[in-house]
Amino acid sequence: MSHRPARPVAAAVVITLVLQAPATGMLALSAPSAPSAAHILNRLGYGPRPGDIARIQRIGVEAWIEQQLHPERIDDRMLEARLAAFETLTLDSETIVREYHEPAIRARRARQLAQSGPPQPSPDVQGQRGDGRPAASPSPAAPVPSASPASSAASVPSAASASDRVILVELEQAKLLRAIYSERQLQEVLVDFWFNHFNVFAGKGPTRAYITSFERDVIRPHVLGSFRQMLEAVASSPAMLFYLDNWMNTSPEAARADRTLRQGQRRPGPTRAPGRAEAGALRAQRQAEGRSPTRGINENYARELLELHTLGVDGGYTQDDIVNVARAFTGWTFRPRQGTAFHFSPARHDDGEKRVLGQRIAGGGGIEDGRRVLDLLVAHPSTARFIATKLAQRFVADEPPQALVDRAARRFAETRGDLGEVTRAVITSPEFLAADAGRSKVKTPLEFVASAIRATGAEVRSALPLARALRDLGMPLYFCQPPTGYDEVADPWVSSGALVARMNFALELGANRLRGVSIGDGDVTALRERIVQDVLAGHISTTTRAALDRAATADQAVALAIGSPEFQRQ
Amino acid sequence: MFLKSGAMALVTLGFAPSFLARTVEAAGTRKKLLIAIFQRGAVDGLNMVVPFGEDEYHRARPTIAIARPGRTDGAVDLDGFFGLHPRMAVLKPLWDQGHLAVVHASGSHDATRSHFDAQDYMESATPGVKSTRDGWLNRYLQAVDEARNPLRGVALTRQMPRALQGPASALAMGSVSSFAVRGDMAAKATFEAAYAGAADRVLNGTAAEAFDAMRTLAREAGTRSRPLGLTSYPRSPFGQALQEIASLAKADVGLEVAFAESTGWDHHANEGGATGQMANRLDDFSHGIAALAQDLGDRLADTVILTMSEFGRAVAENGSRGTDHGHGNAMMIIGGAVKGRRVLGEWPGLARERRFEARDLAVTTDFRDVFAEVVTAHLGASPAAAARVFPGYRVDPARFRGLFRA
Repeated sequence: MSHRPARPVAAAVVITLVLQAPATGMLALSAPSAPSAAHILNRLGYGPRPGDIARIQRIGVEAWIEQQLHPERIDDRMLEARLAAFETLTLDSETIVREYHEPAIRARRARQLAQSGPPQPSPDVQGQRGDGRPAASPSPAAPVPSASPASSAASVPSAASASDRVILVELEQAKLLRAIYSERQLQEVLVDFWFNHFNVFAGKGPTRAYITSFERDVIRPHVLGSFRQMLEAVASSPAMLFYLDNWMNTSPEAARADRTLRQGQRRPGPTRAPGRAEAGALRAQRQAEGRSPTRGINENYARELLELHTLGVDGGYTQDDIVNVARAFTGWTFRPRQGTAFHFSPARHDDGEKRVLGQRIAGGGGIEDGRRVLDLLVAHPSTARFIATKLAQRFVADEPPQALVDRAARRFAETRGDLGEVTRAVITSPEFLAADAGRSKVKTPLEFVASAIRATGAEVRSALPLARALRDLGMPLYFCQPPTGYDEVADPWVSSGALVARMNFALELGANRLRGVSIGDGDVTALRERIVQDVLAGHISTTTRAALDRAATADQAVALAIGSPEFQRQ
Repeated sequence: MFLKSGAMALVTLGFAPSFLARTVEAAGTRKKLLIAIFQRGAVDGLNMVVPFGEDEYHRARPTIAIARPGRTDGAVDLDGFFGLHPRMAVLKPLWDQGHLAVVHASGSHDATRSHFDAQDYMESATPGVKSTRDGWLNRYLQAVDEARNPLRGVALTRQMPRALQGPASALAMGSVSSFAVRGDMAAKATFEAAYAGAADRVLNGTAAEAFDAMRTLAREAGTRSRPLGLTSYPRSPFGQALQEIASLAKADVGLEVAFAESTGWDHHANEGGATGQMANRLDDFSHGIAALAQDLGDRLADTVILTMSEFGRAVAENGSRGTDHGHGNAMMIIGGAVKGRRVLGEWPGLARERRFEARDLAVTTDFRDVFAEVVTAHLGASPAAAARVFPGYRVDPARFRGLFRA
């Protein structure tokens, strides 16, 4: 990463100008001021790198936003080169299960047998880990463990466990590297936003093996596309089916069907073939659970679909709606023992009539019942309002202006959930561009860490220490246990412990004590000025300014700037 | 002075005879203490404090019910009708000593089955009202006029829990040991000055509390004692958080309200019965609490440990051998002054027609009746102060359950 030489502008002058500038209300779109450009870069990306503010000032805000709304047109080969070394990011779920997850389970069991202690439930039957953290990660500077699938499947248990861990170690690193280095900054912000909206928890059983594909194939392709398509992709993904238990959601009547099917097995004939498959699936699930087959509905997914994915908690649904939605999604499953492909099981489906949000869904619809529910939800005004509110919270303010939410919701309704259009409505709104939206949000830990690396132009050879920092800061990536996802608003992130942890991160970064992350040594004065102008864009108190001026070393200047109150906001 | 530091040295080593420990404590400004424990994810209270005496319980839960006491893996009998989950047997001595009571069928009058809303309502203690800005524990700290000391209210969590959010000084930290700026004096002083000079009142106030607290903790570091008691804390984040709380409670830092959380209770599938997922969580939960009670030693006399969860789970198990979101739940209260050995509240029964919305355990005790009794009878808040802690709710001692010995 190249360091631009500092511009010979006296920082004090810049500050004075900024402080004295009246709130203009609106950005000059063609030639934005430095603070305005910084605002755009902070909110639509992970903060300015040295030189970014000048770049936006050169091409103009409108053109930059337009570019970002078309990520496919942006060259991102530098990032791709950084990700090329990871071995699991491009694999499909079946391969990850076969070559990484299952060998790890076998090894864990073998180890338990060898120790012949009391049988411990493996994390894979334990639905949820208590600690909300990934298993201990390898030492930060060590290269990513790359136990070959063959060797890990063979004998050495510890290597096999590492092979399971590598899935998450790579995901965490990839997420950070994308946030830091991708030129498609808005896309990365949106992938984070939508993953969090449809949160799944890597600590629940085999979910970890499905997350790579979930983020890559289910979330990423739709973040500027169709909400309806993303919703169905999520509903039929093994990650969500497992995390919210819908894979087990079965009509109470299915018990009879199961018996019939098992009897059917003994009567061979072409007409019974699907029945055999069904019975096989149920048996496989029974084996997976170590018990007899389950029957009866499970409301978990249905409730979160309404509360968290679409209508919002005050969106106007009842407990009856939840039960009916759960019935509509009976039989939406997959066969953990046989692969990860979505599978609709007619034998498990409740084919009776349902009533959802006052609409009748006639019986006999099969898989179409669930699709019909998704259609209803996407067309519902509560969904438009809920999605508009969340996007406005992410991009504009913790308590977004009602007029903006209304406009974005209208755009959602008009376009039937075209997320590119809804996003555009939010990020080109006067409310977003208004100068007073600037710095009203406290950065989340991910935004803080990624923006710190971008601000300092640090070179990341290993992102592991950054992933560890996020755990210390209370935001372990992929390990948010509740389906709610991480908070979009600031309050919970502003705690004394969190601030101390941010100061410590700043000190470690400044002193080059994060192994695998290095800040080039350069002229202290130049670095200081670059941080003031290019990163804080002049938003800096006289106290912080004085402290920066006193900093004797580059270490201290970096630590002070990154740990400063000003840098915690965007 | 010599005696004090000598005794402290002994406490630090864990060898202090109890009379010396008492002397040390008496020398400080020891306050009544509330340790609030939130079971996030809605614990299945019917499998935690089991109404084994009711046939409907066993009928509604063919695969996950806990067997009657005396049978294999049966419940730990409390009073002939209720029993503890077998993995909670470690808490039975506290029951036998009269230090543990349960308030069953307690919860919120609000019907929400959303984790997020229900946690919010319980932590703000204003069910149905989302606009409440601060949490009930913070309002307690506000209502009782005290010198500003951020260590009055401490959450051993990385994020500030909703219950402690608000204008009164309070701290949230992942652990006490991580709560220090790891730089030289100059770096610390500069950060402190930068935050003190910031116009940003939110960050400025939070940082001021952090620096105050760091100084106090550094000063008191020598007095923090090793755990007392035979039960060791689980090596889980929950166990570690409780251990840190005990250590703060025993040091002279002015702690009045502590908060910890236990996660992973949302068992929609394969919940298990006497063994399995929930049993493992209960094991961690109850071993943590048992160790805490022992470790507090004499301090337990003026401490209340109160457990809570956002709502209970449906009476009947679902199609996946788990339980879906329900309503009423069980709270546990432990302390030296607790009038224990009792399951309090009115038991509404589990028969279908007795259930809330024909599916869930009904609520017969407003959780605020329990909170309010703790705030007044234990923490000693005046009626006027208690009224400020619970806006929109009339604090009425007639509704209290009689948690404490007179």
